[in-house]
Amino acid sequence: MTTDTTHKAAGTELAENHAETHGMSNAGYIRIAAILAAITALEVSTVYIDFGPFFLPALLIMMAVKFIMVVSYFMHLKFDNKIFSFMFYAGLILAVGVYAAFLATFKFFIQ
Amino acid sequence: MTDAAVHGHESSTGISNIKLGMWTFLGSECLLFGGLISTYMLYRGRVTGGPRPAQIFDIPFTSVSSFVLLMSSLTMVLAVSAAHKSEDKKTNLWLTVTALLGATFVGGQVYEFTAFYNEGLGFSTSLFGSSFYTLTGFHGVHVTVGIIMLMALVGIFKRSEVPGKKAEVVEMIGLYWHFVDIVWIIIFTLVYLIPV
Repeated sequence: MTTDTTHKAAGTELAENHAETHGMSNAGYIRIAAILAAITALEVSTVYIDFGPFFLPALLIMMAVKFIMVVSYFMHLKFDNKIFSFMFYAGLILAVGVYAAFLATFKFFIQ
Repeated sequence: MTDAAVHGHESSTGISNIKLGMWTFLGSECLLFGGLISTYMLYRGRVTGGPRPAQIFDIPFTSVSSFVLLMSSLTMVLAVSAAHKSEDKKTNLWLTVTALLGATFVGGQVYEFTAFYNEGLGFSTSLFGSSFYTLTGFHGVHVTVGIIMLMALVGIFKRSEVPGKKAEVVEMIGLYWHFVDIVWIIIFTLVYLIPV
């Protein structure tokens, strides 16, 4: 009985530590999802509304914001150990660099 | 408290090895999808025969698919949250809902591919067709693998045969699932919304 109570207390402590580590409540996740849905709606609106010269930059910025929000909050990278961020962003930055150079050799950016 | 300690096991680095391995894997996946996306960007205008992108893309349909996948990320994070609180029933429920939303997305992709094929865009019709089917097909396979992992996890949970900490296993599959979502965020903008 005492051991059982100790285990339950340890479990509660572990869960609390997790909440502290991850720093988000379910309501927070729903708010993030609502923002992501709103940005997606705004992205789709660019197909039907003329944004002029802001079309491409606006789309790319919205894409980047959605990407960062999912990685930071849903994947908990913002609240986790920095080495996880390093492992992921190292791969991402390497990919962007390598493929930007690859596309540049085919004169993709000056078409 | 260190990360590994929070997850209930120790490692020489003080952080979870399984989590570090997953993040390294996801970093390497960036290179895989980076190659596929770059190839598509290079070839999307190369249409010698068959329909052009603007002639076949159904933006309202793909927007709904994107929304479904985005919401599956919410249900996945709710499953992870429930797992950390040791709420097994809620964890199973959210994992099942995530798998169903993922299946809806894949069903939409199968419908889209069939519609494109019927409109004359085969895999070898043009460079656009080849690069489009390869990119979106690879993504679809990733989503399908994610659905299989989610359903397997639900089945394993019901038998209570989860190796290691339950919450960490759910979190790892959650990371994979969110990665599939962020890849689609990029594909949706670059492939569907930016005209050739």
